[in-house]
Amino acid sequence: MLNQLTISQLAAKLGRREVSAREAMQACLDQIQKVDGRIHAFISYDAADALAQADAADQAIARGATQKPLLGVPVAIKDVIAVRGQPLNCGSKILGRFISPYNATVIEKLQEAGAIVFGRLNMDEFAMGSSTENSAFGVTHNPWDISRIPGGSSGGSAAAVAADECIAALGSDTGGSIRQPAALCGCVGFKPTYGRVSRYGLVAFASSLDQIGSFAKDVGDTAIVLGAISGQDPRDSTSVPRPVPDYTAALDGRIKGLKLGLAREYMIGGLDAEVGAAVQVAVKHFEKLGAEIVEISLPHTDYAVAAYYIVATAEASANLARFDGIRYGLRVDGADPIDLYCKTRGAGFGAEVKRRIILGAYVLSSGYYDAYYLRAQKVRTLIRQDFLDAFARVDAVITPTSPTPAFKIGEKADDPLQMYLSDIFTISCNLAGICGVSLPCGFTREPKLPIGLQLLGKPFGEETLLKLAHAYEQSTLWHKERAGAP
Amino acid sequence: MAGDFDVKYVAHLARIALTPEEEEKFGAQLANILGYIEKLNELDVSRIEPTAHAVPLVNVFRADEVRPSLPNAEALRNAPASANGLFMVPKIVE
Repeated sequence: MLNQLTISQLAAKLGRREVSAREAMQACLDQIQKVDGRIHAFISYDAADALAQADAADQAIARGATQKPLLGVPVAIKDVIAVRGQPLNCGSKILGRFISPYNATVIEKLQEAGAIVFGRLNMDEFAMGSSTENSAFGVTHNPWDISRIPGGSSGGSAAAVAADECIAALGSDTGGSIRQPAALCGCVGFKPTYGRVSRYGLVAFASSLDQIGSFAKDVGDTAIVLGAISGQDPRDSTSVPRPVPDYTAALDGRIKGLKLGLAREYMIGGLDAEVGAAVQVAVKHFEKLGAEIVEISLPHTDYAVAAYYIVATAEASANLARFDGIRYGLRVDGADPIDLYCKTRGAGFGAEVKRRIILGAYVLSSGYYDAYYLRAQKVRTLIRQDFLDAFARVDAVITPTSPTPAFKIGEKADDPLQMYLSDIFTISCNLAGICGVSLPCGFTREPKLPIGLQLLGKPFGEETLLKLAHAYEQSTLWHKERAGAP
Repeated sequence: MAGDFDVKYVAHLARIALTPEEEEKFGAQLANILGYIEKLNELDVSRIEPTAHAVPLVNVFRADEVRPSLPNAEALRNAPASANGLFMVPKIVE
């Protein structure tokens, strides 16, 4: 089945003309038809447009243009990234029938690389959540067990890749929104260093933390997608002017002598026993492969969730001020402009988005700015310094991605603080601006649910992370296990 | 500080109309979250510089030249109400 292939496998078959891009795209559409009624990874997709792009790719292949790394590869997109002419809702009601007037830079880059860009993947509204339960378009289900959440906020991206509804996908990660769902659905999720990938055309949640990244079936595919979307962009002043290395070339298996840091602060009480055991086995495995394990300390770990929920909500309250019912999206009329704003935003935003905007407005408000926002920014400095100190001694840090496997739909829906604490291992990475990857490292016994291993790397240390992840993956079999048809 | 959190007042600052049920529910949930956030007070940050961006870049300029922008019709295509090439809004000045 072509939809089950990796990018590398599909590209090889396309290059040899064994199959067409149309057949590959059709296989993904057939899989969506077959399983997405139960998974609900997609909010919408335009089959005719996807097949037209596939035909264009087939014509390019016939002309011999096979050097493009993603030529004819179906890649699906989280509903927070603008694709010209397609709906953009961010999992929210407030955007109404919004159609993107332009492409995000990552979309232009994917298209330059030859990809078939299709579909709008479900997500927590405005990327706020860890379960994809906060979507105005309904809940996404985990392909391994449809009574469970797929993680979030990029739950649609993770579920679509895990259920072979696409070959790869894009998501965004503000506090773990790529890595945590990748872990819970059993795929590879990569969050690049802040500034590595342009945010132009990504709807902003927390601008100093947001970063676009990839979901793929293995590390080799991750390197291909990352290479295609990375690079400085004049339209994003925070994108960093550094050349993009050949990430695929980094996958050489040479990890002997690399140092992996094991942070004692990550051995927390709430860690699920099976998750903890799987990660310990993975650490031993890295040792066998020649990596050196070094105990390190990240002393301010315990403050990361608190600092994050101040910084992220403060930035969100400012960014989401633009959804006011004037220039686009939903409008609920009022007696005067203020009344219109209040009614529009009251009707258009869901509960979690309202909570976070209110919290953000509060921590920025007169008299509280220093006590909350400024203090959180200072704690952010301490957290970043913890990592920079650690990276003076080690090449990467190894942790579980999520303290538990996928939980049941509804289990944490009424307790936002418990939901926030499920991001404990992923949040520091965004505050520090470093890169991180989650990859499969085992399964729970009953029910069988994926467990994710997280590697955190130095700023612009993507190559080292990919090298380590690839060496681990190629000497284990976890990534070969597919969720199959739920 | 969490004790003097007035959800109704802050929601109005944020221009969000809440139902009485939301006021009650969010008020309790946010007080709980603010209580948790208090743990940052355990740290002495008096000599720490704040971080606004992890990878700060300064003076990122582009050439100051006229470039094409979104055509008027496209900018208005998603508008809830428009006329004469403009966004329509409720009356602001009597």
